[in-house]
Amino acid sequence: MGNALLIPIFGIVSLLAIVAAALARDPQFATHMWVVAAVTAIVAIVNAKSLHWEADGRLTKTRRDTTGYVDGPVKAGVIAVMVWGIAGFAAGVFIALQLAFPDLNLEPWFNFGRLRPLHTSAVIFAFGGSVLIATAMHVVQRTTHARMFGGEALGWFIFWGYQLFIVLAATGYLMGVTQSKEYAEPEWYVDLWLTVVWVAFLVMFIGTLVKRKEPHIYVANWFYLAFIVTIAMLHVVNNLAIPVSLFGSKSYSAFAGVQDALTQWWYGHNAVGFFLTAGFLAMMYYYIPKRAERPVYSYRLSIVHFWSLIFLYIWAGPHHLHYTALPDWAQTLGMTFSIMLWMPSWGGMINGVMTLSGAWDKLRTDPVLRMMVMAVAFYGMSTFEGPMLSIKSVNSLSHYTDWTIGHVHSGALGWNGLITFGVVYYLAPVLWHRPQLYSMRLVNWHFWLATLGIVLYAASMWVSGITQGLMWREYNADGYLVYSFAETVAALFPYYVIRAVGGIFYLVGGVLFVINITQTIRGKVAGQTAPAAQLAPAE
Amino acid sequence: MTPKDGKPVDEVTGVQTTGHSWDGIEELNNPLPRWWLYLMYATIVFAVVYWVLYPSWPLLSSGTKGVLGWSSRGEVAAEIATINESRAVLDTQIAAASFEEIAADPQLADYAQRSGASSFKLVCVQCHGSGAQGNQELGYPNLNDDDWLWGGTVDEIFFTISHGVRNEDDIDARFSMMPAFGADGILSAGEIRDVAHYVRSLSGLDHDAAAAEAGTEVYQTQCAACHGEDGGGMIEVGAPALNDAIWLYGSELDQIAAQITRPRMGVMPPWAEYYDEATRKKLAIYVHNLGGGQ
Amino acid sequence: MSASHSNTTPPPSQDPHESAKAPVFDHGKIERNVTLLLVLSFITVAIGGLVEIAPLFYVDNTIEEVDGVRPYTPLELAGRNVYVREGCYLCHSQMIRPFRDEVERYGHYSLAAESMYDHPFQWGSKRTGPDLARVGGRYSDAWHVQHLYEPRDVVPESIMPSYSFLLDRKVDPKLIAADLSANRAVGVPYSDEMIENAAADMMAQAAMNDDPSGLEERYENALNIRDFDGNPRVLSEMDALIAYLQVLGTMVDLSEFEPAAEGR
Repeated sequence: MGNALLIPIFGIVSLLAIVAAALARDPQFATHMWVVAAVTAIVAIVNAKSLHWEADGRLTKTRRDTTGYVDGPVKAGVIAVMVWGIAGFAAGVFIALQLAFPDLNLEPWFNFGRLRPLHTSAVIFAFGGSVLIATAMHVVQRTTHARMFGGEALGWFIFWGYQLFIVLAATGYLMGVTQSKEYAEPEWYVDLWLTVVWVAFLVMFIGTLVKRKEPHIYVANWFYLAFIVTIAMLHVVNNLAIPVSLFGSKSYSAFAGVQDALTQWWYGHNAVGFFLTAGFLAMMYYYIPKRAERPVYSYRLSIVHFWSLIFLYIWAGPHHLHYTALPDWAQTLGMTFSIMLWMPSWGGMINGVMTLSGAWDKLRTDPVLRMMVMAVAFYGMSTFEGPMLSIKSVNSLSHYTDWTIGHVHSGALGWNGLITFGVVYYLAPVLWHRPQLYSMRLVNWHFWLATLGIVLYAASMWVSGITQGLMWREYNADGYLVYSFAETVAALFPYYVIRAVGGIFYLVGGVLFVINITQTIRGKVAGQTAPAAQLAPAE
Repeated sequence: MTPKDGKPVDEVTGVQTTGHSWDGIEELNNPLPRWWLYLMYATIVFAVVYWVLYPSWPLLSSGTKGVLGWSSRGEVAAEIATINESRAVLDTQIAAASFEEIAADPQLADYAQRSGASSFKLVCVQCHGSGAQGNQELGYPNLNDDDWLWGGTVDEIFFTISHGVRNEDDIDARFSMMPAFGADGILSAGEIRDVAHYVRSLSGLDHDAAAAEAGTEVYQTQCAACHGEDGGGMIEVGAPALNDAIWLYGSELDQIAAQITRPRMGVMPPWAEYYDEATRKKLAIYVHNLGGGQ
Repeated sequence: MSASHSNTTPPPSQDPHESAKAPVFDHGKIERNVTLLLVLSFITVAIGGLVEIAPLFYVDNTIEEVDGVRPYTPLELAGRNVYVREGCYLCHSQMIRPFRDEVERYGHYSLAAESMYDHPFQWGSKRTGPDLARVGGRYSDAWHVQHLYEPRDVVPESIMPSYSFLLDRKVDPKLIAADLSANRAVGVPYSDEMIENAAADMMAQAAMNDDPSGLEERYENALNIRDFDGNPRVLSEMDALIAYLQVLGTMVDLSEFEPAAEGR
């Protein structure tokens, strides 16, 4: 009967949210409280609908199957990946176009400054986060041979709780609700909510590991666990703040100036290190061996690169603050640890790519596997470029320029994006019990569109960044600066156009991805008139 | 095939596995790639050497200093000192010399021109434009023409650059104030319209002759004191000439009327607060040479 | 690579050191114990941050000893909140690096002390537009209004969005005292007097109050008192933002500054 208790709880939360909306200090906070009120009311109603009065007067809940793997939230995660992927890529294309054609800024809601966090959060936390949570749920159950701890209820709470976080964050950005900490922009109450959801995620994950039927914990789960634990630590510390009012959106960071800066980039760099690297490596460690049907290349390499990666990554944050007012000693640590991070990062690449030993021929025949391997190749490139950019003399040129943007995108579009597509191409037929994908030809088109898009993006931003950096410091023969700032802005126009074109390629590839997965879920196969779904049992 | 220690072997590569299987996934027991391990050792050695040479580890009251004694702030101070030293000879001469003396010395004049051009891009283009063309309508004067609000000799330009215009920070700033004829009720709307027609007539722009006629007297009593009887302006009080084709806030009838009703008046920072005398002199020479210097 | 598919290939000769010795350390223990894996992972990822961040709070030379840094006035703080809200930090840094070209372009390199009351910091990470650490006083208020209203009117090359709506958005002076209190809670030395008079000080700085002497007494250094947005009747977000921009980088007299000895 515990579940019946949820109804009054959600009902009360809904009422409290309405009260908070009425007392709100600013309209943004009021809007968010109305969203919370609506969502909790819907949850209460949906739960109430599953209750029945039995003939003997007992209140019971519709019986659900409580055996087997919990895959509902995983499937929902796949849908969320598609939705947020398109939204995030489209937002990226739009702000890229704004930089080339500033008249596209529509004040105040759709100015670059408000849309940029919308783009980064949509791709990192909505697109990336949804695939991380979905695959973590999928992988941990498969590799432990255990049903998810907490069952359907916990799984759905994590899924919907996380989606609510995304909606609150995204709508907040458009209304100007931001802490101004990059990749940690949501305000205090949204942060608190994410903390609750994240703890539930951690409990689900550890609980499932404890229930495992395999004596050993698989390497993918080491990475998932490190990702979840570290993100919890980073999120809590970096978001420490004092709200102006319990009924207002604004808060002030607990830290100031130089301490705040390093705390932020300790967080920011390790959002890359643990969200976008450790978490995605966990995906790689399950889905590449599965797709290639080959053993992982080296167990020993897994051990050494896992521990060295998670130890060293944390130290690299100060390389985001080279030559700032951060003390020199901290900058040195940031640089040297970034360089030592090079090989531990590449350990993952070696283990991923070499897992294909004995199955290289599949790269020719299987575009899904090719996508995954291309992702690992981009991972290798980015994790070489990263340590290189952390070298202070290189950084003195690249910092504050588009080179950094290019670097981030070769990692994000190349590694995180492509591995996500590959994983979902593998996962959708498995989850929905379809014999095959809708179309391998579309996968091939997606692969080439995405790859070409990334190349255009990265190349244009290299040129743009280096141009910018060199123009800022260009001296004439007498040692006087040559360019005004405005001239350096004007010089970048062609590269901004090329970058936007690259982004459009990537977005179009993403649309093909969505079509392909949607058709697969519907049980269709390209070129076949009779849908396979009618023959196969539904789910 | 199972060797003596009981660990199975992957048939494709012939490498032992660890014997575990998760959802069908096995692990090979390949050794760490040698090149990988050695490169990792190399990066560690690099880091340790770097820590010895440069500031690196935090202690109780400061960080380690590094045997090279390097600091980012020390380095830039040295670099700036070096460049200042290399410029010192010419800059000292510029600061000491009069503008006539600079003009007479081709080396100095050429140097001042090039150096002033650079400073102009850092300091002046944001208002006066990349080509010093200013902005007619918004009130940023064009510096290429021979129409000067506060004087176009190189000394006058230097003074304006140094002290700025109508700012609160410099007591010597160029200062003048045009009354708000409309907002303060000195003139009626009709009178303002008439005088605006008259002002347009001064430079031969289309105007209503009758209105201009009516505005003549208002102009002579209210405006001529600063802008001159013929509209020639007055440099002493920064009053723009009204009888030429150059307009600070636009030449449309509405724009002129708006300026009379509630005048906008330009402000310029006192650059003496930011730049030394030589730099300001070089800027003045550059601006003077743009084309309109007197 | 895929040519040697023979089933009979013997295992490649392993490194004798690796296979002959018993393992020094058995990773299997960690793999079989969730708690151990969790605790060891957490310790491993906690170390770096502790060693790098904690010293910034206690090592003396982290924040330079300079005079002049004061808390933001209520109007400047409101303007700073607009700066944060609109995401200005995404395109403008407030951190001049110790390079000759940056010092020549923007002025003296930034000190840690200059952002010691910035919750959160606004150093930025990208210069799509120029650095703003020392933009205070470099442009007239009217320039800022025109530039924020329509950037390309004054700088044709600019790709900045326009912020004309700031002229119409009013700032409510009554709300700002709570912001000062929250800042005090995180360590900014606002006095009781400053918090009590926050609303009046805000009006006074925008020249909407006859007597600014209280404001002058409380904030003293680098204080600009005037109507910033060209509309003396309305206290707008434009007033607030320009008041903030005009104070940036003007609090410390850097001609006196001597960098610390080594070890910073």
